[in-house]
Amino acid sequence: MTAHLLCVDDLGPDGVEAVLKLTDSMVEVGRRDIPKVPALRGRTVVSLFYEDSTRTRLSFETAAKRLSADTMSFSVSTSAVKKGESLRDTVLTIEAMGIDALVVRHASSGVPWQLAAWLAGSGVSVVNAGDGWHEHPTQALLDAYTIRNEHKAGSLEGLRVGIVGDVKHSRVARSNVFCFAMLGASVTLVAPPTLLPASLDGWPCDVAHDLDEVVGELDVCYLLRLQQERMTEALVPSLREYAFSYGLDLARAQRLPAGALVMHPGPINRGVEIAPEVADLPCAVITRQVANGVAVRMAVLFHLLTAPADGEVRLDG
Amino acid sequence: MAPPLRGSFVPRARVMDADDVRRAVWRMAHEIIEAEKGLDGVVLIGLQTGGVPLANQLAEALKKIEGTEVPVGTLDVAFYRDDIGLRPVVPEAPSHVPWDLTDKTVVLVDDVLYTGRTVRAALNALADHGRARAVRLAVMVDRGHRELPIRPDVVGKNLPTGSAEVVDVGPDGVTIGDLVPPTGAGGARHGHQP
Repeated sequence: MTAHLLCVDDLGPDGVEAVLKLTDSMVEVGRRDIPKVPALRGRTVVSLFYEDSTRTRLSFETAAKRLSADTMSFSVSTSAVKKGESLRDTVLTIEAMGIDALVVRHASSGVPWQLAAWLAGSGVSVVNAGDGWHEHPTQALLDAYTIRNEHKAGSLEGLRVGIVGDVKHSRVARSNVFCFAMLGASVTLVAPPTLLPASLDGWPCDVAHDLDEVVGELDVCYLLRLQQERMTEALVPSLREYAFSYGLDLARAQRLPAGALVMHPGPINRGVEIAPEVADLPCAVITRQVANGVAVRMAVLFHLLTAPADGEVRLDG
Repeated sequence: MAPPLRGSFVPRARVMDADDVRRAVWRMAHEIIEAEKGLDGVVLIGLQTGGVPLANQLAEALKKIEGTEVPVGTLDVAFYRDDIGLRPVVPEAPSHVPWDLTDKTVVLVDDVLYTGRTVRAALNALADHGRARAVRLAVMVDRGHRELPIRPDVVGKNLPTGSAEVVDVGPDGVTIGDLVPPTGAGGARHGHQP
C-alpha cells in the first residue's frame, strides 16, 4: 500500500498525532547550524503546481531538501502543458522518470484523488497541496502544530477556535475544521451567509454571523483571506464594508481573551481581513505558521515515504 | 536507542540487579576519568531512549568523583539509520545537542551495544554538530553480534546472547528474555534490537 495524504481524514487521529510528534524532531533539525539530515537520500519529490503559490511550494521544496531528497519542480507556465499536454500524460511522464512523491496543487477539487488512482501500483505517494475549494491538509497540520506550541494550553483539546471570513472558497477552512475538531477543539465558522458553502452537512462546527458576538470567547481567531480571484459575483458589498463587519481591527483584537492567538494562512490582505497593526501584535503568530510549515511538511514527507514498502514489519534490520 | 518493536518482551533471567548497575556505573565513570585524564572538554551524549538515563547516571557519578558538572545531551539517530524504509523508523524525541562539539571529547552513551548500526548512525549525526576531538563509546551491556567495525571503550557488562534474545535495561537492572510475537494489537516496552 502506497501512503498518500489527500485529506486530513486519511491520517486519522493517530496519524495526525504521529505527524505532530514527528514535527517536534523536524523543528530541532531546522534549528541546527546544518539543518539537513540524510533520511530521504535517494528519494525524489516532485512539486506539480497548476496554481500560483509562494509559501506552500517553497515550503515543500525546502522540506524535501532538508531531508536530503532530490526535488524537481514543475510549473505550468514553462511546461509542455502549454503545448496542450493533458494532466494524465504530464503525470505519467513525470512518473516514468522514477519518482517517490508528487506534491500537487490544482484549481480543481479532487485532482489529487485522480492522480492517486492513475498512479496506483507505481509506488508514488501523492500529497495534496491544495485542490480547489476542497482540502489543504498540510496547512491544517501546520496550524494545529502552531496552536499546540504557541497557545498556553499546549493542546487543542477544549479550545474555542473561530474561523472567520471567506469559508466558501477556502480549502484551508475545510481542512482546518476537520483537523481541529479531530483534535478536540470546538470550532465556530464566522461569516456572512454569502461566504459560507451551500451546505455544511457533516461539518463538525457551529456557525455565527456576527464576529463581535463571539470574539470575546475565542482562544484562536483564525482569519481567512478574502479570495477575490475565485469570486465570480459580488458576495460582499465592498471591501470596506467587509473589513468593517468581519475584519479583525485593534478594538476587536483587544476583546480576545488573554493568551488568544491570531492566525492567518497568508497571503494577508492588510486592512481587509486583518488590520495592519493587529498583524504585528505578539499574539499574531502568522510568521510562526510559515516557519512551522517547513517542519510539518518534513514530517509528512518522512511519514509517507518511510513506511515499509510491503507493509510488513521487519525486526531483524 | 531502542527502535519500536512488535511483540512483547517476556523476561527469562535477571543478569544484573539495581546494585550491580549502580556499581557498574561507578566503575565506568572512573574509567572515563582515567582514560581522558580528567573531564576537561568532556561531553556526555545519551542515545534515545535507553542511553539517556544511563548518561544522566554517569554524569551524576562523574560529579561525585571529580566535582565537575559534565554537560549531558541527547541524540536521536532515526534520521540517520540505514534501515529507513525497511521497518518503521520513528524518532522517539527531538535531539538535544545545544553546543558546537568542535574540539570536545564526546562520550556516546547507550544501554545495549548489539549490531553497531545505531552507533554508526550516531557517528554520522554527531558530525553535523561539529568536529569532535574524539568520540568514545560507553554502554551498559555489550551483547555481541556486531555487523560493523565498532567497539565500545567502556562497558558495564559483556553479555553473550543469542540473536533471538532481547536484552532489557531498566532502572531495576538488566534482564534477558525473548520477544514473543504479538497476539493482537499493542507493542513491547523497551527491549533491544539492532
